[in-house]
Amino acid sequence: MVTKDQIWEWLEEVSDPEIPVLSVVDLGVVRDASFEENYWSITITPTYSGCPAMQVMEYDIKAKLKEKGIEYVKVRTVLSPAWTTDWLSDKGKFKLREYGIAPPENEVDKSVLFAEPTMVPCPKCNSRNTRMVSQFGSTACKAHYQCNECQEPFDYFKCLK
Amino acid sequence: MLRLGDDSLILGQRLGELCGHGPILEEDIALTNIALDLIGQATSILNYAGEVEGAGRDGDKLAFLRFEREYTNLLLLEQPNGDFADTIIRQFLFDAYRKPLFERLINSSDSQLSAIAEKSLKETKYHLRHTSEWVIRLGDGTEESHQRIQKALDNLWRYADEIFFSDSVDEELTKSGILPDLSDLRSIWEQTVKSIFTEATISIPSNNWKFEGGRKGRHSEHMGYILSDLQYMQRAYPNMEW
Repeated sequence: MVTKDQIWEWLEEVSDPEIPVLSVVDLGVVRDASFEENYWSITITPTYSGCPAMQVMEYDIKAKLKEKGIEYVKVRTVLSPAWTTDWLSDKGKFKLREYGIAPPENEVDKSVLFAEPTMVPCPKCNSRNTRMVSQFGSTACKAHYQCNECQEPFDYFKCLK
Repeated sequence: MLRLGDDSLILGQRLGELCGHGPILEEDIALTNIALDLIGQATSILNYAGEVEGAGRDGDKLAFLRFEREYTNLLLLEQPNGDFADTIIRQFLFDAYRKPLFERLINSSDSQLSAIAEKSLKETKYHLRHTSEWVIRLGDGTEESHQRIQKALDNLWRYADEIFFSDSVDEELTKSGILPDLSDLRSIWEQTVKSIFTEATISIPSNNWKFEGGRKGRHSEHMGYILSDLQYMQRAYPNMEW
């Protein structure tokens, strides 16, 4: 009998299709894994309602577990409690920065055009002299920033609470 | 529930038309991000509506295989994208209503609706901030941007009243605690709208001409065109799967 810990370990090998350095566990998308009568039930929660990566993650989770010899897997999506960036693991935040995406700062950005946007350090040179280009970035979960020092344009994984 | 879902679906579809056509790259991405959130919300709501109906229809079937008269979205949301000012006013009037709606829907006695509201509220807050600031920037911007956003408001205001359409369906749902009490929704919406318009130096048109019908399935001429785009694949290749 495979243990729950083993399942979690295997899920660490399933990566986010949009941000491949992060696993679905780092991302905080996997909420639970439990054995029900004759199948493993994996509970996931979407980052954003319309995130197109969710279906891919569901498929990848099933494929990974199948590869490990687990035949019967059901992936259940729950909406509540709603995902927040607090569920992103510390390891996940570290990996994001290494990858060139600034991890979420601990506050929700209230500005769009006027107020001072959240200060986000540049993932390349660590300068705090950066500016927000757009609140909406390449995917629903990111905003678009640029570093005023090294000129690097970068994605900021925006804080959602 | 269909009303909630159809609002998200039709506005999401409308905004999706802007993909690759936004006025500037950042705004193109922002509007399609919002579209994506709305389509996601529509998926959750319509899937659940199908489940409650219990007739074997899922969200896709409800989205793609109904006739025009069976859609219950607001007339406001099916209006064309027009110029950027029209798109922003349409979105702003809607966001200013959806945020307080979801805030109240979290207290629904129906746990799935409450979960959908909790999720959607976080996204809607971003949308409302975005459109509020654009209304102000355009209204209090150049002479031309001011004129255009005022014109957009003059044109779309007649559809705003329908947002608060309520009939026996709503009353029944409120009584059973599924829809929370929405009586204060209108005053909150008015407060938001008025304060942003004041800051944007634009004014609400004085005529009281109003349109309604969307909630009952009576749509404007634009609806058919949206559906022919939306439903094309399912009509041309019945039961196709992506």
